[in-house]
Amino acid sequence: MSKQSRLIVIGAVLAVVAVAFAYVAGWLSAQRLSPARMIDAFEAAAGPHPGFRRNHAKGLCATGFFDSNGAGTRLSKAAVFAPGRIAVIGRFALAGSQPFQADAAASVRSLALRFALSDGEEWRTGMNAIPVFPVNTPQAFYEQLLASRPDPATGKPDPGRMAEFLHRHPESARALQLIGSQSNSSGFGNSRFNGLDAFRFVAANGVVTLVRWAMVPNQPFSADDTADTRARSRNYLFEALIADVRHQPLQWHLMVTIAQSGDPTNDATVAWPLDREQLDVGTLTIDHTQGEDTGACRDLNFDPLVLPSGIEPSDDPLLSARSAAYARSVTLRAAEAKPPSAVQTPKIEPGERP
Amino acid sequence: MAAMVLSMLFIGVGMVSTVSGRYHGLIAIHRPLGIAILVLVVIRLINRLLHPGPPLPAHLNALERFAAKASQVLLYALMILMPLIGWAMLSAAGYPIVLAGAVHLPAILPHDPALYALLRRAHTLLAYTLFATFMAHLGAALVHALIYRDGVFTSMAPWRSRRT
Repeated sequence: MSKQSRLIVIGAVLAVVAVAFAYVAGWLSAQRLSPARMIDAFEAAAGPHPGFRRNHAKGLCATGFFDSNGAGTRLSKAAVFAPGRIAVIGRFALAGSQPFQADAAASVRSLALRFALSDGEEWRTGMNAIPVFPVNTPQAFYEQLLASRPDPATGKPDPGRMAEFLHRHPESARALQLIGSQSNSSGFGNSRFNGLDAFRFVAANGVVTLVRWAMVPNQPFSADDTADTRARSRNYLFEALIADVRHQPLQWHLMVTIAQSGDPTNDATVAWPLDREQLDVGTLTIDHTQGEDTGACRDLNFDPLVLPSGIEPSDDPLLSARSAAYARSVTLRAAEAKPPSAVQTPKIEPGERP
Repeated sequence: MAAMVLSMLFIGVGMVSTVSGRYHGLIAIHRPLGIAILVLVVIRLINRLLHPGPPLPAHLNALERFAAKASQVLLYALMILMPLIGWAMLSAAGYPIVLAGAVHLPAILPHDPALYALLRRAHTLLAYTLFATFMAHLGAALVHALIYRDGVFTSMAPWRSRRT
């Protein structure tokens, strides 16, 4: 082989490695849905809000503890299910990228929690007060975000685009119908927060159980009073939450629903039948709230794939997408100055718990 | 080690470009593989300081000698810095640093978002630098193997020629 040919071989080897690298990095595929494109779509839907989370932007920190009753050890070896008390940092929020959105009865409420286990492990989870999720794949989520972009002419989403999205995604149309049929509770305190995505619980003997979990409130359900909507402040849901917690701690039961074979674990738009076995594994107590600007939750990313040994993700495609997108959001906002949040905790009145 | 480092670079750029199920698997490999490389590089560096490698061939000029030495220093520096920055970055982000199951590393920095932002950017920048250095290293190694044929490649390759 001549020297020239050998140089060409060297060039070819380097070119192949470089092209492979570029391909894996996504630089050659304009269509690949990346975390960056997903976050760009959030910003297209509600405008850029530097410093804030790109979704569930409006929120309030909360702290408390989880009293595990030991029942969960039957299903999972995770240290969180051993009997005992675990410190919890949480965040109540509204879905959506607008950090100054007005609270409304139909706003999707969320509760994110971080359990700090004694062996240094953590469990982080984000739950929503809706019975199912409106989409079942990250691609559909992205399309829904684009469909809900405000039309520059009207300032509102184009109903034609949304109708077209629902036509392409009948599973989302069904899910939205189910979500819409649920009556809204009067506030955060009596909301049921559902994990929506399925997870694998791994027992000490290696047995795997597919589950979904929920935080079910001790506080009794009362329906949102739809009659009087004029007098509500922009933060009425959060203000009521702050006042409730100052009056007395709020409690939820962590209920684990066990799938039977055939129940879909990779489709968050489909609810599991109501007769599935549910296990009460412990009680969450929220006894303090703090505004985000100084609260402990401000710099926490409630990544659903931060899991202790004994809990693993299922094949639900939303889990990796959430983790990847949240990582992108926290990376962006970590470098941005954050303006004050919409919800601030007022000073304590006489008679209220500090 | 070259295979491990190259894998890490591909896993790294791949995992941050996807929202598919691959994300979870890739990131779960990325952390323990990174720490494994850190341990191996430290051992390798100690070995290299105790047993210096073979001398460079006589036909190289001063610039080529400098490039050879500098690229090796750069590679060692990046191979040590990258996993350390990854570990530091996760510490500053306040994440638990899980290697496998319940095995996790302690945080080496306090929880500080601004520090996390800086380290996260550094991790990406140095990753590209490491890839570029690797490519230059690979190119030079192939030149020594196919053009100069001066024994330098055989001294690097894992398969030793017993006849020298």
